[in-house]
Amino acid sequence: MRTLAYLIPGTLLLGGLGLSGFLWALKSGQYEDLDGAAERILVDQEDKPER
Amino acid sequence: MSCCAPGAETALDLNGATWVLPSSQEIRLASRSLGDDLRQTDLSVPTVHCAACIQTIEAALGKLDHVESARVNLSTKRVAVRWRGDEVPPFVAALGRLGYEAHLFAPEIDDKDKTLAELIRAVAVAGFAAGNIMLLSVSVWSGAEGATRDLFHWVSALIAIPALAFAGGIFFRSAWNALRHGRMNMDVPIAVGVSLAYAMSLYETINHGDHAYFDASVSLLFFLLIGRTLDHVMRERARTAVKGLSQLAARGAMVLRGDGARDYLPVGEIEPGMRMLIAAGERIPVDGKIIQGTSDLDCSLASGESTPKNVAPGEAVQAGVLNLTGPLTIEATAAAKDSFLAEMVRLMEAAEGGRAQYRRIADRVSALYAPMVHLTAFVTFLGWIVATGDWHRAMTIAIAVLIITCPCALGLAVPIVQVVAARRLFENGIMVKDGSAMERLAIVDIAVFDKTGTLTLGQPRLVNAPSIDPAMLAVAADLAAHSRHPFSKAIAGFAIPGGQLKFDAVTEHPGFGIEATDAGSTWRLGRRGWAGWKARTGGEAKHGYGGTVLTKNGMIVASFAFEDALRVDARAAIDQLSDARVPVEMLSGDTAAACAEVAKSLGIDNFVPCLLPSGKLERIETLAKVGHRVLMVGDGLNDTPALSAAHVSIAPATAADVGRNAADFVFLRESLLAVPLALDVSRKAGSLIRQNIAVATLYNTIAVPIAILGHATPLIAAIAMSASSLLVIGNALRLEGFVRHAPAETVANDRHSNNGGRVQL
Repeated sequence: MRTLAYLIPGTLLLGGLGLSGFLWALKSGQYEDLDGAAERILVDQEDKPER
Repeated sequence: MSCCAPGAETALDLNGATWVLPSSQEIRLASRSLGDDLRQTDLSVPTVHCAACIQTIEAALGKLDHVESARVNLSTKRVAVRWRGDEVPPFVAALGRLGYEAHLFAPEIDDKDKTLAELIRAVAVAGFAAGNIMLLSVSVWSGAEGATRDLFHWVSALIAIPALAFAGGIFFRSAWNALRHGRMNMDVPIAVGVSLAYAMSLYETINHGDHAYFDASVSLLFFLLIGRTLDHVMRERARTAVKGLSQLAARGAMVLRGDGARDYLPVGEIEPGMRMLIAAGERIPVDGKIIQGTSDLDCSLASGESTPKNVAPGEAVQAGVLNLTGPLTIEATAAAKDSFLAEMVRLMEAAEGGRAQYRRIADRVSALYAPMVHLTAFVTFLGWIVATGDWHRAMTIAIAVLIITCPCALGLAVPIVQVVAARRLFENGIMVKDGSAMERLAIVDIAVFDKTGTLTLGQPRLVNAPSIDPAMLAVAADLAAHSRHPFSKAIAGFAIPGGQLKFDAVTEHPGFGIEATDAGSTWRLGRRGWAGWKARTGGEAKHGYGGTVLTKNGMIVASFAFEDALRVDARAAIDQLSDARVPVEMLSGDTAAACAEVAKSLGIDNFVPCLLPSGKLERIETLAKVGHRVLMVGDGLNDTPALSAAHVSIAPATAADVGRNAADFVFLRESLLAVPLALDVSRKAGSLIRQNIAVATLYNTIAVPIAILGHATPLIAAIAMSASSLLVIGNALRLEGFVRHAPAETVANDRHSNNGGRVQL
């Protein structure tokens, strides 16, 4: 019973972290061009990073 | 342009020759301001394919002056260009040089798809909650007791709150909406079941009971949301693809002011009396009268006439026709809102008939299902009270009945099949606007086709090429290459590579033909009366005075006969429809002779020529009145009212913008086989939907007695619900195997289509 007291909050915290990570990714537009993202890995980018 | 030639998707390369670069004023009009002098223009580039394309485009556009940034979206096949300054950078021309055809995109105020974002967020929240609650429930099922069980139930209840509020909100709102309008939909039993289950579970938890259904109510939401999201994604993809097609209606026109100034005005601001300059290759924006210039007009999209019309000053022109050969000055006689186009839209809105009355299968089923389920639960409740007098027990069992019957499988039965079917069609270049379209297509019993642009390509084909002297044909082809007249384009296809004659001074005489001189002799290609000025006209009367001839110094050396080229596989498509017991009829605005010829070559027995747009509409309405469910296939502006009056409608990608928007299906490839294929897939989807509903009903007839007798536990409910959902999904996937495999040409696209299947989940 004692173990549950910290295991359950721990589980929920980690799960919540994953969920908020997904929601953040969604909001920042990372799911808007899945095909493009897959192909862009093949593009040689110049060294200077994009703004 | 290395790995994948843009030609691979030839279907999208629709009317390359009539494609003119949008003017910079037009681009400015279609761009939106981002503030601080920064503007964004969205271009649809249907031929982007791969990493090399992305890099080429972004690098080339980035190098242009004043261009701030360019970003390709491969999923939607669009490029967003941000630029500064007053001058519009020549990005469309730059893309053209790279071999990419780009279309301007109407500026969208709301760029992001809000519904999709909401659905995905709801799926994420529901998935998180369902996973965690299921974890706790498994511990309860495997024997957690007493205080531990209560703790698990309390934690579950807490996790379920945000899931119900956020993910469940979609269902609650929809159910409330339906009830308020006195209708019934699938969301009503879902909303009732989920909220009652939660309330009772909470009551149980407070009283240290063991009948908590938190897992059932949340995983139900999760499953249903997955189905709903996939459905939305599929429809959105189809809509994006259709929106990305080139806009055919004029966006504006160059207006000549009284003081000689020229202004580019959007269509909405053109008033009667204004004079407009219409260059060759542009569409006429509003109804008007020709003041100056002669030209040939392509009316196929507006009226269905396949032969280009020769026009001179004084004649009236309709909005929507394409100016082919010479520049025209036109005085507007009506504003855009009173023009031909607007009239078609009004007819179309008035005609909204069959499809508005159509009630979707899921709604019809739930109208029967929900009262039955709720009644069963209520009777169970009464029965247990009478039998035992135990309120609490009666309540628990009644709610168990509600949860067991909650239409998880039923809620998935329809959308999942439609998602799979829509994807199948998408891979074959057919876009479905919404799920009900497939249901409606499955029950059509007569197909009505437009002629020009639908059964035919609306482009003439040279029919007597073998009987023409090859040398003369080569001369004609070289001459014809200088004109965008459809007849010229048909002849130009016969050019012999390398064997070019050197013409001096090729000039096009709009409305007449092309003239060129070569070593002292004058060649003319065009109307008989103009080109053959020395010949005695009257001979060879078969093609009339309007026949097209090639002359050398006024003497006719070759004459050309044309017919409207049939669309690829038109005959096969008509035959397949007949085999599917769907008789075919043809309605056209073209002449009786032209219609008879096409009807004969395609084996169509019924056709009506010389119809006005309202005539087509009437014909559809008459058919509907005698009980037919009509499929309308058409492309022109004049078909638009008929498209929206029909039970279901299909348009090719070359159709007029309004028509494309009015149609339920849009096919991007040239082949007309898309029509029987769509019918086939829809019918198979229809039978799968019925099977799925039968499966869901069968599940209920087994599960409900168990629940009524009071043997349902949360564990049984969880297993039964998941099993029925999986069964329904598995059945839907059988559609993949059913349908004939796509022809070889689609292989190039499949990779991209498949990627799209991997939705944001």
